[in-house]
Amino acid sequence: MKTLFPLFAVITLIVLVVAGVQYANMQFLFGVIIPYLAVATFVAGLIYRVMKWASSPVPFRIPTTCGQELSLPWIKQDKLESPSGTLGVIGRMALEVLLFRSLFRNIKLDMREGPRIAYGSDKWLWLSGLAFHWSFLIILIRHFRLFAIQLPYPIHVIESLDSFLQIGVPMLYITDVVILAAVTYLFIRRITNPLVRYISLPADYFPLFLILAVAGSGVLMRYFTKVDVVGVKQLTMGLISFRPVVPQGIGIIFYIHLFLISVLFAYFPFSKLVHMAGVFLSPTRNMANNNRMVRHVNPWDYPVHVHTYEEYENDFREKMKSVGIPVEKE
Amino acid sequence: MYDSGKIITGLLVFVAIVSFPFVYSRGTNIVKPEPKIDTPVIQQMAVKQCVQPRAFMRAEHMQLLNDWRDSVVRDGNRVYVGFGGKQYNMSLQNTCMHCHSNKKEFCDSCHNFMSVKPYCWDCHIAPKENKS
Amino acid sequence: MAKFTAKPNDLLKINYNPPQTDWMDTPVEIREHMYCHPSKKKDLDTVGFPNGRDWRVADEDWKLPANWEQTILEGMQALLKKYRSFSVFMDICVRCGACADKCHFFIGTGDPKNMPVLRAELLRSVYRGNFTLAGKILKKIAGARDLTVNVLKEWWYYFYQCTECRRCSVFCPYGIDQAEITMMGRELTNLLGLQIGWSGGPIAACYMKGNHLGLEPHTVKSCIDLFSEDIETITGIKIEPSFNRKGAEILFVTPSGDLFANPGTYTAMGYLMLFHELGLDYTWSTYASEGGNFGFFSTNEMAKRLNAKIYAEAKRLGVKWILGGECGHMWRVLHQYMDTWNGPADFLQEPVSPITGTKFENAKSTKMVHISEFTADLIKNGKLKLDKSRNDHLKVTYHDSCNPARGMGMLEEPRYVIKNVCKNFYEMPENTIREKTFCCGSGSGINASENMELRMRGGLPRANAVKFVHDKYGVNMLACVCAIDRATLSAANEYWVPEVGVTGVTELVANALVMKGEKERTLDIRLEPLPGKEGSEEVS
Repeated sequence: MKTLFPLFAVITLIVLVVAGVQYANMQFLFGVIIPYLAVATFVAGLIYRVMKWASSPVPFRIPTTCGQELSLPWIKQDKLESPSGTLGVIGRMALEVLLFRSLFRNIKLDMREGPRIAYGSDKWLWLSGLAFHWSFLIILIRHFRLFAIQLPYPIHVIESLDSFLQIGVPMLYITDVVILAAVTYLFIRRITNPLVRYISLPADYFPLFLILAVAGSGVLMRYFTKVDVVGVKQLTMGLISFRPVVPQGIGIIFYIHLFLISVLFAYFPFSKLVHMAGVFLSPTRNMANNNRMVRHVNPWDYPVHVHTYEEYENDFREKMKSVGIPVEKE
Repeated sequence: MYDSGKIITGLLVFVAIVSFPFVYSRGTNIVKPEPKIDTPVIQQMAVKQCVQPRAFMRAEHMQLLNDWRDSVVRDGNRVYVGFGGKQYNMSLQNTCMHCHSNKKEFCDSCHNFMSVKPYCWDCHIAPKENKS
Repeated sequence: MAKFTAKPNDLLKINYNPPQTDWMDTPVEIREHMYCHPSKKKDLDTVGFPNGRDWRVADEDWKLPANWEQTILEGMQALLKKYRSFSVFMDICVRCGACADKCHFFIGTGDPKNMPVLRAELLRSVYRGNFTLAGKILKKIAGARDLTVNVLKEWWYYFYQCTECRRCSVFCPYGIDQAEITMMGRELTNLLGLQIGWSGGPIAACYMKGNHLGLEPHTVKSCIDLFSEDIETITGIKIEPSFNRKGAEILFVTPSGDLFANPGTYTAMGYLMLFHELGLDYTWSTYASEGGNFGFFSTNEMAKRLNAKIYAEAKRLGVKWILGGECGHMWRVLHQYMDTWNGPADFLQEPVSPITGTKFENAKSTKMVHISEFTADLIKNGKLKLDKSRNDHLKVTYHDSCNPARGMGMLEEPRYVIKNVCKNFYEMPENTIREKTFCCGSGSGINASENMELRMRGGLPRANAVKFVHDKYGVNMLACVCAIDRATLSAANEYWVPEVGVTGVTELVANALVMKGEKERTLDIRLEPLPGKEGSEEVS
């Protein structure tokens, strides 16, 4: 049920676009209107989401320290895992966002006879996660080819690096293989690891299926069932320059690809995928461990009732005097 | 503590990244490329026919050239049997470019539009007309 | 409630395979020995917690106040607006499962709802159902559910099966901290008077009497006087500490647990001996006689109310700065919260060690220094005369307490101290120390006796690592810088690895400390014969 529902949802999306384009001739809807709406929803939705988080303050400075604090000068501080300044925090966040530092720490519980609880290294989640995210980013950047006539030089470099194996024609992009493998692994892990399967929601499978379908249709289009690429570029250039055109005869697989990625973009701000933005706002990671050096102010702090020393002395004055503890009022 | 400054900066960077393609390609004149086939050689042909039908060539020419290269370089076989059983010499420079002597107006028109850079001319010598 | 009699082997039959039924369809089963009794009405009334009443966990009816659903949902809304951590953590979890097998309670129980991710989902599901559009429309498909009595009971049961140790947060790619979510869950259940007795009692005692144990001023003094007598027996030196003394340079604050229960008392004796030897101008306070803060395990407001005493007393006594003893959550509070709650401490001065002249730059705003930072500096500067050999009979390992490790980053100082006072020091396996350290299993206010099975299960991962170094190196003493650890790991070790004792770091220091004018020591701090020194008649 948890896997079937999202699977059918993705299949329904494909049926929808095929029916719309193939039989109802709604190329303009799927080729122009929906992509525009999707990008607008993505941008507006993500900004809305971030602003909503930002509207709640960070009342306390609560970094999770994963290394030695700054203390005595002769004790070596771990500047990345327990940063005390902005530079260190930037370093820590960069490691987290670019290399998934925390996931790299992952270990696996192994309960043996005895009992002896052992913890083995478990880097597969880190590796597949990193491979997936980086491939996705590189593929996204590569697609810039469809949105500009004169490509900036770095994009050419990325393209040629990605295809440096020079296998086949059109040349095989390494990231295409990697993303399919990584997403497949993440899916298999989700259904075969009993604990992960238990915590998984339909909202975990849906993006996996969707991304698999997006990547799959892209691969199909590039290497197998060819589409009219000149027509595709006319359409994409039309979109990017706000002079939309819908050339005839592009091929249905392109519309499937475009529609699914549109759905992914539109779905993004309303799903767990917002972790892309949220990771930057996580107070346990993005704050310096300089708590005792620099006072942090809580904007909603309010006065509280306390039991004052005066009240305390009133309660215990005689007892204090009897054992010689000094008091304020004799 | 809200860190509004940092968050707004972050959002501006995000918007800048998303809008970059729009800004980069603003006002680009989109002209559908029309590869020209009006070279003298082609004009003299009685039947204007490439080694394979037009639709196939359009979608698969890169694959075909790749096959030719492999066939020539690895197997030493230069004979290609094309559309209608006609035989051709497998050669980019001597066969393809013989008819399509206008690389600029033929090859490049699409390739430039698509922002692809085939590596054909890394090894082969481009026709003279192309020297700028 | 029947007595907890299960043997270690009974507890070891742990099944890590989750049940067939989906977690939302698996109702909570509240098991004996796995939860704490509710707080007494009078304790909640003392500090003004709402909805105090007499109720029993085992009863079907928890006598919840009318409109309790509304109270919870409004409370959630308020917390989402107050804490970015809560707001972000509700949205960004991708359920990758990296945290799943990192929780000591999951390792010890196999209960899938003790996976940090799922413990958070207990709350997240209600958040989705009430605060997100997708959850309201798609319901279960979107992972949403309604708030029902059973959901509330489930929250309560599992938010008191989390010790806020933050180990999961170390492994989470987004730093999602279950401690933060548990704190929110406890804020919410406290709105309905669902406090546990083991927190409620100490909170009321601390509020009225200055410390969790409810020691009145004369009792605080008599406890310490008793230690002084023991110290005289051991060293022949008479120590006369001062209480509530105005004009002292330093206020010393430590958890009250160390005044009362072994082996914490030995650590307290260690402080007395160390400070006496240094000739430190310091005072104890009977009003601020608690460094720990069980308020922190209930609500933020309560924590602030209890913590306020420390600065207030420092101000009243006119001290220059504050020195803090060995305690885990006390240092999370002092390091990450106190200055924000009750600062700025502009009436104090930047801490400077009067012995070495070292400026504690890292504490220049909060003006409170950890005893291990203080002692490490003394040793580094050669200010202590130490006879390591008095600890030769000990093979010591060090347990990083959760909060000093993950909420402060104090990893090297205690190790440096230990290595300078003990010859035999052995680390536990890498994945169980420092930032990856395991909780004692009884932190965050759940070190009661009625939930002993939970505590022993939660303590298993730590105890198992202790057992490893015991088997491998013959380790017989576990050192720590936490008063709760000293109480709870004594119990956990007794259960899982009875050959290993528990000590505070300062006890080890005091045992090795050669004091001016002391007599030949034949007893250790525990008044037990010092091995190798008993009846020895050395010719001087």
